[in-house]
Amino acid sequence: MNPILVACLRVLAGLGLMLLNGVVLIYMLRKVLGHLHVRLGPMNVGWHGTVQTVADVLKLLTKEDPTPRAVDKALYFLAPAVVFIPSLAAYAALPFSKTWAMADLATGLLFTFGIMSLVPLGILMAGWSSANKWSLLGGMRAVGQQIAYEVPLLLSALPVVLMVGSLNLNDIVAAQDKLWFFIPQFPALLLFVVASLVELNQTPFDMSEAESELVAGFSSEYASMKFGLLFLSEFSNLFIMAGLTVTLFFGGWSLPFIPAQIQAGFAPIVFVAKTYLVIFFFMWIRGTFPRVRVDQLQQLGWKVLLPANLAWLLVTGVAVKLVEAVAR
Amino acid sequence: MSPTVALIPFAILGLLTLGCAAMMLFSRNVVHAAFWMLASMVSTAGLYLLLSAEFLALVQLLVYAGAVAVLVLFVVMLTLRRRADAVRPIDFSLPALALAVSFAALACFMVLSLVPAYPDSLPSVAPGVTELGLELFSTWVLPFELASLILLVALVGAVWWSGGVKRS
Repeated sequence: MNPILVACLRVLAGLGLMLLNGVVLIYMLRKVLGHLHVRLGPMNVGWHGTVQTVADVLKLLTKEDPTPRAVDKALYFLAPAVVFIPSLAAYAALPFSKTWAMADLATGLLFTFGIMSLVPLGILMAGWSSANKWSLLGGMRAVGQQIAYEVPLLLSALPVVLMVGSLNLNDIVAAQDKLWFFIPQFPALLLFVVASLVELNQTPFDMSEAESELVAGFSSEYASMKFGLLFLSEFSNLFIMAGLTVTLFFGGWSLPFIPAQIQAGFAPIVFVAKTYLVIFFFMWIRGTFPRVRVDQLQQLGWKVLLPANLAWLLVTGVAVKLVEAVAR
Repeated sequence: MSPTVALIPFAILGLLTLGCAAMMLFSRNVVHAAFWMLASMVSTAGLYLLLSAEFLALVQLLVYAGAVAVLVLFVVMLTLRRRADAVRPIDFSLPALALAVSFAALACFMVLSLVPAYPDSLPSVAPGVTELGLELFSTWVLPFELASLILLVALVGAVWWSGGVKRS
């Protein structure tokens, strides 16, 4: 086939996955949070409220889209796109199976982190251009925490990279055929999950849109599909971070004890199922923990996570060298 | 990727980089200027990518676009009392001109004197991350550590400066 056509199809597949993921996750979030709060969640539209999200999407698409008069027009319209595009591009390196990935990059892990680091930019753009104090505060909080926690996030992925010796996500999965990394790298997993919760602006770290203080944070002045884009990219970032957690620590698309030929047939399904399990875990945290304060957040990042990460990196480095020496 | 760089994308990205840089200088709104700088950084990353320097491109994205530019924006927004303060007149006075010219001269001098001559032949395959890492931590380990030490000193200094120590 024409390589340009293939590239277009891959991007379209990524877009489709992103949209579908958004629809599924909205329903999942409402149901999971509902049951955690001992209520039912959506029940009326369709069986157990399954079609509720479709109704919501239609509502979002057909809503009036007012633009406040004082906004900084160019930035206000650009911001949803700047938030949306990186989170679409971040799908490119995720390996759904040995061959199913939008692009097999030698620096896949770094690519995902690099692209994701552009998301705060759009959030800052949205917060500032909205000409609203709450929006600006929300944007500032989001960016402050996301920049601060990029360092612990990258550092907590590094021990895995040290063990594998490659930044390619497929190599990382292949290295886990005997032992999933969450066993030897359990501290790294804990640090990674905490840092990624902060990166995702998830409760207990969702100060950026804290409804009780900031209306809806940086997205306060957005309506209709512009809000939809912001929302969608948030869910898609959740999928990407969960996918990365699975790839780094839970063997990616592989399963233990099952021959490789049999696994190859349903590897993408395994990957997505694992990812949704991790997302369920994230939602569980979201439903049970209270929100932390802004200053507590920064204390945690710089005084706990960073030293812990560096210490664990040191331990892993020494261990890897020792194992190499013994093997020789 | 072939050693000859595709000219059209390179020209587009190059013009984009320069155009964004120029817009940064000419935009009167400081927040817009910061965003133009960011756009210029992102298109520089695109240039690196075209030159098969994948790692450099990603680091450019992660560090310059993702952190430095965002930090600049952050500081600009934090220090603005009112939104209207973001719009500033462009300073055409003589001292400003002198400062700009001397900086430009310094930059030109450093580029011309410090950057080694362009090699006649390029390797057929661009070095990957592994080669880069080995080179960085064997041949260049001393300059690398020195640079990190300087950054550490700057960091400690910044913390002290911002009032971490109680001055009695």
